[in-house]
Amino acid sequence: MTETLPMAGASANINLAGLSKNDYRGAPSTLCQGCGHNSISNQIVTALYEMNIVPEDIVKFSGIGCSSKSPTYFLNRSFGFNSLHGRMPSIATGALFGDYHLKGVGVSGDGDSASIGMGQFKHIMRRNVNMVYIVENNGVYGLTKGQFSATAEKGLSLKKQGENQYMPVDICMEALVSNATFVARSFAGNPKQVKELLKAALSHDGIAVLDIISPCVTFNNQMNAYHSYTWGKDHEEPLHEISYIAPRNEIMLENEMADGEVREVALHDGSVVILKNLEKGYDPSNRYDALRVMEEAQSNTWMLTGLLYVDTTKPNLTSIYNLVDMPLNRLTEADLRPAPEMIDKVNALMF
Amino acid sequence: MNKIINDFSITVGTVNGSGSSTANNTILRAIFKMGIPVSGKNLFPSNIQGLPTWYTIRANKDGFIAHNERRDIVIAMNPNSFARDLASVAPGGAFFYADDIKQPITRTDVAAYPMPVKTIIRNDPNVPSDYRDHVANMVYVGVLAHMIGMDIDKIYAALEFHFKKKQKPIDMNFNVVKAGAEWAKANLEKKDAFYLEPMNKTDGMIMADGNMAGALGSIFGGVQFVGWYPITPATSLAESLNDYLPQLRKREDGKHTYAVVQAEDELAALGMSIGAGWAGLRAMTSTSGPGLSLMTEFAGLAYYAEVPVVIWDVQRIGPSTGLPTRTSQGDLTFTHFIGHGDSQSVILLPGDVYECFEFGWKAFDVAERIQTPVFVLSDLDMGMNQWISKPFKYPDTPMDRGKILLESDLEELKGNWGRYFDADGDGIGHRTFPGNKHPMSSYFTRGTGHDDHARYSEEADVYLNNMDRLKRKHETAKQYVPAPVFHTMKGAKAGIIAYGSTEAAILEAQHQLEKDHGLATDFMRIRALPFTREVDTFLAKYDQIFIVEMNRDGQMAQILMTEYPQLAPRFKTIAYGDGMPASAKWVREGILAKYKGRKAASAKRKTAKKAAPARKLSAKNTTKKNAAGSKSKTKRK
Repeated sequence: MTETLPMAGASANINLAGLSKNDYRGAPSTLCQGCGHNSISNQIVTALYEMNIVPEDIVKFSGIGCSSKSPTYFLNRSFGFNSLHGRMPSIATGALFGDYHLKGVGVSGDGDSASIGMGQFKHIMRRNVNMVYIVENNGVYGLTKGQFSATAEKGLSLKKQGENQYMPVDICMEALVSNATFVARSFAGNPKQVKELLKAALSHDGIAVLDIISPCVTFNNQMNAYHSYTWGKDHEEPLHEISYIAPRNEIMLENEMADGEVREVALHDGSVVILKNLEKGYDPSNRYDALRVMEEAQSNTWMLTGLLYVDTTKPNLTSIYNLVDMPLNRLTEADLRPAPEMIDKVNALMF
Repeated sequence: MNKIINDFSITVGTVNGSGSSTANNTILRAIFKMGIPVSGKNLFPSNIQGLPTWYTIRANKDGFIAHNERRDIVIAMNPNSFARDLASVAPGGAFFYADDIKQPITRTDVAAYPMPVKTIIRNDPNVPSDYRDHVANMVYVGVLAHMIGMDIDKIYAALEFHFKKKQKPIDMNFNVVKAGAEWAKANLEKKDAFYLEPMNKTDGMIMADGNMAGALGSIFGGVQFVGWYPITPATSLAESLNDYLPQLRKREDGKHTYAVVQAEDELAALGMSIGAGWAGLRAMTSTSGPGLSLMTEFAGLAYYAEVPVVIWDVQRIGPSTGLPTRTSQGDLTFTHFIGHGDSQSVILLPGDVYECFEFGWKAFDVAERIQTPVFVLSDLDMGMNQWISKPFKYPDTPMDRGKILLESDLEELKGNWGRYFDADGDGIGHRTFPGNKHPMSSYFTRGTGHDDHARYSEEADVYLNNMDRLKRKHETAKQYVPAPVFHTMKGAKAGIIAYGSTEAAILEAQHQLEKDHGLATDFMRIRALPFTREVDTFLAKYDQIFIVEMNRDGQMAQILMTEYPQLAPRFKTIAYGDGMPASAKWVREGILAKYKGRKAASAKRKTAKKAAPARKLSAKNTTKKNAAGSKSKTKRK
């Protein structure tokens, strides 16, 4: 529960929704000092504030794990459901039927989504539920003190666990082959890119997967580990620089855009993501290309970041259901209970 | 030979997947339309095609239509079960068989009737060759109709209903029925005693299965979200929702006020439903035992997070490869204790198709009032078989959405509220849901470990406080769940407790115990957990209480023993579960075997005395009911 009402106290920094950044904050984080997850929470706050989205229009979801604790640390004024390990997708799927005008923001982890929750992860992709699905990916289980997760690379060694013998799961590839309509990867140590991708994801009408490599400072931050800051900084290979432009023109294109080929990706609400391609001709609407660059990155041990794939043509889940305009959770007995004379019709239908 | 009228069973043995269900339902419906109380039970294997399967019909003028082990008329269409079917006929019974099965008739104490099924079908030019096997079953309908006096017009009405008034299949099937009847008239001589005669005992009644009734009840309860996953015997509940929602919740703008999502598994099915319930929708799922196991973690979460959701469990036997197509009451203790840590479940126990409808809508009221998962335990027998029923009744109370705060309420409270704060002393907090635009409306939902304002806390006193409130809330639930139903007798010496689909068997056993053994009983059918005050009162009345149920260990008895430990010595478990629907025989025999105490000896003497005048009465034909009942009884013995 927030202690702050909107407009409480005069602030110079009020956005178009009439809210200050404080209105987007959450409780103080209880995660480890320096955890990448905290940086992501901050970018969620900033992105929503800058996009003038009212917190009441967002619903937060999470599963179980360090990452899943983080929805407490942003958007105090949004409803939130910290669900079961690996089961965030089903909770979100049902909850967003309550009011289809709302947008989901889910935070999960690599254990939560790539191990115990792999089934639900893939099924929420194919259902195209209208939410941002963030995977704070560190390759390790934190709350149970340092076991390998399914995204840990083969050969990684951890204290107590020895060497990981198995091939890793690639969140973005799994999302893509499950027909996700928005797939992106970023690195917690690159807050600007995280924020721009978050804004694009929030504008996407459907499931938007953000695989954010978010090193675990306590259990997996060895120099040579794929999910470490050092490795991440050295190996990050941005697919393109990215800028997000809101549907209205208030936010201007940032002027430090480098020269080079520029591609605009229009999102459903009229906003645009502008990609500056590093790789000439990369087309994020092409699934084949997306898979190809991911394969390439894997074989070169690059950490490929940016918007890998987007498809704005597919309807989201609730719109398939042709629901009434009013949110379902505002309907009353008059809308929901058939009229008394219908009982005779029903009895007549029986033999 | 004395006629036996409107009091016998018909069992049809066929090959699974041979299309006999149309024929069997036609017989059932025709007898129902003749005004005779009747039941039909499909005893089928877990198989799509090939294994033997049976369908039993019981017509009984006194309304005793529980499953009956006795096989009066048997129709054998399956060579693989022929010998077994012939052996199963009661002495004096009738045996109809397809004459292409060339197996010996080894019995002389039954009336055997060959039926030229294949010949009749081949001689009908209107039956295309690829329909022959299915329509062939109509031959036995026709032969039987002639032999026992089943009204041919009622058969037509049944076919008209089955084929939704599509003339072509109606004619094709009805012509074969007629051909069968005509052949029987010309060629068979009646050698058995079984006859149907029209009555008026089903006037104004309907026929439906419990899954459809549950679905319809849910629709009248305003269901808005259904997450489900296919599992026998619950599948047809969700499918009925899919069938009837578009008709019953049709709007002029063509838009929908509901969503039905087939999930990837039962975990997701309940997860979605809990998400929807949390977001303010009337949400439900339907499953059976194995699916409920998968839902356990979510059910526990919903208990602690206090999310309203309705979970139907259409019970079957055992795990995946148990007896998945056989009925059971084996999930009661599991449902009672479902979850983790301390938990208590609210469980509704419908006893027939009528209550499946009623509890269908009521379950949402209870779930939203108490803010907890409500389990509705049905079973395969109730869920998948056709039962006669009073017509469904429109809900007699308005929807109870429980304690909800909207923007205007929060405005009034100046945002001063706590999700888990017990403002009314009944253990139930107020809830808000997503989409509420008041800046103080939101809260963060997690399992346990939260204070009155849903803030994270691992403090011991906060936890204890919350757990005490949950217990208080469960106590409150007693005011909202359905009270038991009683069937009492004058001078009852013992109590009987049961629940669910066994009622018909128990009423029959109660009647037999009084008539043949002088043992009058009072019967209480429990319809919900937690137990209401009526249960306390009933338990206090009797020295001996028989708790009857369809499982091995006596699960209701176990729960009663833990809830009422001081009364435990009175409880006698009559538990039996072999996959067949309950019959009066095992209820009666079970009770007689365990009935003890001071009155046992005198009860036996009374039996003899009481039984004698009963026969005298019947001879004088004073009361129709007793007369016919004991007549057929005497005859059979």
